Amino acid sequence: MKYQPVIGLEVHVQLLTDTKIFCGCSTKFGAEPNSQTCPVCLGLPGALPVLNKKVVEFAIKAGLSTNCSITPRSIFARKNYFYPDLPKGYQISQFEDPICQWGWLDIKVGEETKRIGITRIHMEEDAGKLVHGELSGPGDGSGVDLNRACTPLLEVVSEPDLRSSDEAVAYLKQLHQIVTWLGICDGNMEEGSFRCDANVSVMPVGSDKLGTRAEIKNVNSFKFVKLAIEYEIQRQIDLIEDGGTVVQETRLFDPNSGKTRSMRSKEEAHDYRYFPDPDLVPLVISEQWIERSRGELPELPEQRQQRFMAELGLPPYDAEVLTACRALADYFEAGVAAGGNAKAVGNWVMGEITRALNDSGTSIETCPVSPEQLAELLKLIDNGTISGKIAKTVFDEMWRSGKAPQAIVEEQGLIQVSDSGAIEGIIDEIIAANAGQVEEYRGGKEKVFGFFVGQVMKASKGKANPTVVNELLLNKLKG
Amino acid sequence: MNIFDMTIHELHTALKGKQVSSVEATAAMLQRIESVEPQVGSFITVTPENALAAARAADQQIARGECHLLTGIPMAVKDIFLTEGVLTTCGSRILNNFIPPYSAASWEKLQDRGAVLLGKLNQDEFAMGSSNESSAYGTTRNPWNLAHIPGGSSGGSAAAVAARQAIATLGTDTGGSIRQPASHCGCVGLKPTYGRVSRYGVIAYASSLDQVGPLTRDVSDCAVMLEAIAGHDPKDSTSVDTPVPNYSANLKSGVKGLKIGLPKEYFIDGLDTDVQMAMDAAIETYRRLGAEFVDISLPHTDYAVATYYLIATAEASSNLARYDGVRFGHRAEADGLLDMYTKSRSEGFGVEVKRRIMLGTYALSSGYYDAYYVKAQKVRTLIMNDFISAFADVDVMLTPVAPTPAFKIGEKINDPLQMYLSDIFTIPVNLAGTCAMSLPAGFSASGLPIGLQLIGKPFGEETILRAGYAFEQATEWHTRKATI
Repeated sequence: MKYQPVIGLEVHVQLLTDTKIFCGCSTKFGAEPNSQTCPVCLGLPGALPVLNKKVVEFAIKAGLSTNCSITPRSIFARKNYFYPDLPKGYQISQFEDPICQWGWLDIKVGEETKRIGITRIHMEEDAGKLVHGELSGPGDGSGVDLNRACTPLLEVVSEPDLRSSDEAVAYLKQLHQIVTWLGICDGNMEEGSFRCDANVSVMPVGSDKLGTRAEIKNVNSFKFVKLAIEYEIQRQIDLIEDGGTVVQETRLFDPNSGKTRSMRSKEEAHDYRYFPDPDLVPLVISEQWIERSRGELPELPEQRQQRFMAELGLPPYDAEVLTACRALADYFEAGVAAGGNAKAVGNWVMGEITRALNDSGTSIETCPVSPEQLAELLKLIDNGTISGKIAKTVFDEMWRSGKAPQAIVEEQGLIQVSDSGAIEGIIDEIIAANAGQVEEYRGGKEKVFGFFVGQVMKASKGKANPTVVNELLLNKLKG
Repeated sequence: MNIFDMTIHELHTALKGKQVSSVEATAAMLQRIESVEPQVGSFITVTPENALAAARAADQQIARGECHLLTGIPMAVKDIFLTEGVLTTCGSRILNNFIPPYSAASWEKLQDRGAVLLGKLNQDEFAMGSSNESSAYGTTRNPWNLAHIPGGSSGGSAAAVAARQAIATLGTDTGGSIRQPASHCGCVGLKPTYGRVSRYGVIAYASSLDQVGPLTRDVSDCAVMLEAIAGHDPKDSTSVDTPVPNYSANLKSGVKGLKIGLPKEYFIDGLDTDVQMAMDAAIETYRRLGAEFVDISLPHTDYAVATYYLIATAEASSNLARYDGVRFGHRAEADGLLDMYTKSRSEGFGVEVKRRIMLGTYALSSGYYDAYYVKAQKVRTLIMNDFISAFADVDVMLTPVAPTPAFKIGEKINDPLQMYLSDIFTIPVNLAGTCAMSLPAGFSASGLPIGLQLIGKPFGEETILRAGYAFEQATEWHTRKATI
């Protein structure tokens, strides 16, 4: 029998606010354990939460960028369970009436575009973390670090619209692109700023009855998401084929073995006893607030791609690559704005710049060559001052020294020689020195032409204008 | 006149006139506490050194000519208020070692005005009780008759005022916890409108119902205390940003033409005869003062107690989850995490607290949530609406505070339902979120105080204080003192 996988994703997006969601403590990563805490995030008796408005603004932006409706009156709820990293014994989250609902994203898999529903986006606080072993202090016990407690998160829940691991990864990547593009999340998956739980089930092809699902927890890279989902699909198919049944449970993905294993069954599942948090008043979001946020939204990747194609005439592939992240797109556009030809700037950004960034491990935000400098370099090629080949040398020097291209060209005497008199002199010398090859050429072996070009370029230290060289050589060799 | 018998206003006059210093007044109070505490048991913790230090600071303030009405006044607060550096138990064993790193916003406001903290007052554990019998630190006794309960849960706060162990105190009221003990101990107790006073730093019992309020000798003192603690607090999202009136300034405007509602559901057949007589006399007094009476109805009153015990326990079951032995409070010797949780909480919580955690957990459980919690919220709305429509016709309501005077210690402790019913006249006010005050209105045949409840519109504290003041001026109940 053939099986159809059905996948839904729950993504936790850690928000880039300076302070926590319900108190004024810093959200900075990596501080001394428990140094970024106060009575509120420690869950001390008597402490009360106060909502960080920035979190709401970020959530609205995320909602608008994923085609969600913004709930005019949304509610915070308590999710009750005991765990040492959860100081209050409940997590403040949203249950009924989350801030965003009924959205969607269009994803591309291969040549196809597919619409994936977003059920809801809600705001919640993160828990702290347990520290085992020596870090936890004297003895062999465990410690609790509450620096992360109360850090703001968005949980983005998709509809079970995904049908393969590739679709799941495409959806995740697009969501990742949007939240980083909006500047509301740093997207760092290793540090857990963007993490995903996957709900996976399978059903016979043609069936409309969904199979029992397993939830795979905390998968923290695109690669692992793909592996975990594929493993889980196969596990469920094998199980059914062997006459077994899939049980509803929570499973953990182990990146080392590439397998998922059971964490807890439905029977062991918590009854979270959600109820509206009486310490927080309902969050009322006015139409004006929503419109103001809409006005503040940056042009999103999809829109920008379209514009790059329509206005700047970029091919679809270039437009997509250049909008992979907002800073890259900004860089490209600044280069164009500084007078660079769009196609040429695009090629350089996708080529030399990307290569140099990768080689040096820098990001586009800290690129030592500014888009204006790049445009200047391209101008030097356009007006014949330097050849495209020399331009690469100049670029490397710009990257190293930060100097302007014009200055480098002048300092190193790299200006292209287009003067036919000067080039003719060189050609004459070369022809005179290589009588044998001249004979060969004249005898019909046209391949030798390349040899002469190389010799002339070499003799001119690459500065001779190749067009002029070609023209003059042809004439001279004809004799 | 004994210093400990004074009101805030009387002691303030003496302090300002330099007839007495705050250190002398504080020392006198500490001595009084020492002499009557063995009989009454109002305190969980007495802090003589801190108190004298604060009194010295207050004296310096007074010497500089900065003498607020509360400067140098010795007070005490219920042990539910966090007090920086001072043991705060909330009447529970689970917090028997909890020294808070910060203070409750309301107490901080009093402290900023120079008030002196004598110590922390006994209470029902986590404010769950109507008799102070659920405290892990012994039962407070009623200063008027030591065989009787002082009421609860702010029993220590009321008893300390009645036994003149503090000039004024702070309590909290979730279902009557200020008004019922004030009534039983013959003092004035005010539960402000929900959101009027910050809950920050007050240990939560039922967050949507809890409210901080003063217990005092008379209505003028109550007005001064409320003025000091009321107001918006950005740290409490449920506190309301509405201006605080000058309650004291408007006390004396009288009640001529004031429309007082008498909700028929509060004057039931089973009402204690002495209580009924006190109410009749109070109505007569107000009539004489020019108030008009209107018969009104609050039709959903019957459902209030059941509604309260679903909502309050549901919230409590969640609020008390943080007492897990991990970060503070009592931690049992245990083998592993689950064992630590179970033992710490089993040892740390008393019977009534456990009962309410279980009730609340049940009410929120999947499959029961709609039938209990959601239904209770709907009834709560109906009860609120009762008040809104009734207040369309009247300015205040007059009712008894409790169906009977203070009962005997032990009388209801094994019958939770009977205990719960002692709050039937106070609970609806918390559910409606409005304000109400208890003030002395007479005595039973056996000499126990009987309180009168004035219920005001939301943020109508000014009106009930004015009505209370008029009553107080026309009667002498508040001047009687427990002979202890």
